Amino acid sequence: MGMTMTQKILAAHAGLEKVVAGQLIEANLDLVLGNDITSPVAIKEFNKIGCDCVFNKSKIALVPDHFTPNKDIKAAEQCKFLREFANSQEIENYFEVGQMGIEHALIPEKGLAVPGDVIIGADSHTCTYGALGAFSTGIGSTDMAAGMATGKAWFKVPSALKFVLTGAPTKYVTGKDIILHIIGMIGVDGALYKSMEFVGDGIANLSMDSRLAMANMAIEAGAKNGIFPVDEKTLEFVKEHSTKPYTVYEADEDAEYDAVYEIDLSKIRPTVAFPHLPENTKTVDEEGVTEVKIDQVVIGSCTNGRMEDLRMARDILKGKKVHSTVRCIVFPGTQKIYLQALEEGIVKDLIEAGAVFSTSTCGPCLGGHMGILAAGERAVSTTNRNFVGRMGHVESEVYLASPAVAAASAVTGYITNPETL
Amino acid sequence: MNAKGTVFRYGDNVDTDVIIPARYLNTSNGKELAAHCMEDIDANFVKEVKKGDIIVADKNFGCGSSREHAPLAIKEAGVSCVIARTFARIFYRNAINIGLPILECEAAADGIKKGDEVEINFDTGVITNITKGETYKAQPFPTFMQDIIKQGGLVSKIKAQV
Repeated sequence: MGMTMTQKILAAHAGLEKVVAGQLIEANLDLVLGNDITSPVAIKEFNKIGCDCVFNKSKIALVPDHFTPNKDIKAAEQCKFLREFANSQEIENYFEVGQMGIEHALIPEKGLAVPGDVIIGADSHTCTYGALGAFSTGIGSTDMAAGMATGKAWFKVPSALKFVLTGAPTKYVTGKDIILHIIGMIGVDGALYKSMEFVGDGIANLSMDSRLAMANMAIEAGAKNGIFPVDEKTLEFVKEHSTKPYTVYEADEDAEYDAVYEIDLSKIRPTVAFPHLPENTKTVDEEGVTEVKIDQVVIGSCTNGRMEDLRMARDILKGKKVHSTVRCIVFPGTQKIYLQALEEGIVKDLIEAGAVFSTSTCGPCLGGHMGILAAGERAVSTTNRNFVGRMGHVESEVYLASPAVAAASAVTGYITNPETL
Repeated sequence: MNAKGTVFRYGDNVDTDVIIPARYLNTSNGKELAAHCMEDIDANFVKEVKKGDIIVADKNFGCGSSREHAPLAIKEAGVSCVIARTFARIFYRNAINIGLPILECEAAADGIKKGDEVEINFDTGVITNITKGETYKAQPFPTFMQDIIKQGGLVSKIKAQV
């Protein structure tokens, strides 16, 4: 029996020829990541370990992105604590406000994640880099502390679900719709403890931005990681962004999977996840969906704050107006994306349509700041979670959707199929 | 090692945003976090919880964010153990790493109701429902994880190594 793509990467990083699902291993880490919420806890734990310095100053990335620009005094204190640690440890990849972006948009852009890497991050959406053919997974602060000290982490080797993607998505369908469709199909614990391995000739029809959005939400199905094979688009992306050496791994032909799902991308419809779980999905064609009245639209985040997303939002909003009863807030993933959006006239088009264009921050996605909902308010959001109270008041509601659905909904004030606008 | 207390009973997919809402994550102080533990699904939890009490839930407990603040808030609130049908994987790791005892047990989730008095023997994995006079057997941890727990969490284990 052969190994899955994930198992091959883990075996190589554990110095083993072969691993099997369920085996406990210790793997060498290529990158350890943390943010302004999780790193302060990790730093306190790191200090308890009592080693003087981190295992490798260039293999740690610290990104203050959650409550930045500092939302209040306590948040400012956490960022200060993080900054002082980064300075004293001479962390090479500390990104201050001004250079930083939303971590999972920033790390691939900075070339810090490449095919074949093993990456842990004290943020659940660290699974994003699976889009580049890396094994990357979210862990907690204590694992981050141990990783910073030793350069290693323990893993239980996961089994895998295989998703065979064929065909090409239609005009307004992107990676977000595909991953919402999949989560709706298998449930929020459908991939618990497992890898989600995406394969098939349909992948060639997906942009890197769409693949990043899909891998990003593997955690919303409970997965340990989501991973894509490395193809020409991946290598082009890596060449543009990174000088790090990389290794391309492929699953063995006789690798074993717990289940195999075949998905024809041409059949996927614009999809919305209703409150309060990402698995509560409906297509825009289903009864009642377009009758949901909304108060806010959020376009951005580590899931959908990339160029493909902003271009899609612009294509829909240019020349139209955000409905008078809707607040439409746009968050680019990084400073580089912000600049690119300026150069392409996207910022102007969106502002003229009546949207507000924010600096990069996790902000409202997790109910931090910059767009919190009041009791009874509803948002269509391109973010990744719609749990109770996620974007604000415990009686508010979040509907997860693609940038196309979100932008179309901003125009009408109701959840809207972009095809009908 | 034993735990004994009154049960707080929850359903499927209790996520980290309700265990500790992100609006309180501008601190990592355990006591401050514990003051808001579970408040978005059970406003009475922090008023009623006593040291030693036990949380019992259905599947996928702790899904969502990687915030270690979630198991920390539960531990600091005085909870001695969380029993669930299944745990989300990051929560599972975090709980072990910070020394919050957790057990996966279908039978316990089937049998235990809100307010039941429950006793747990961590050495044997036997869960006793004193109120109902039933016992359930939980899956023991793999030896590797028992070592982490015995050494007082991951940091103590690493400290012994470096």
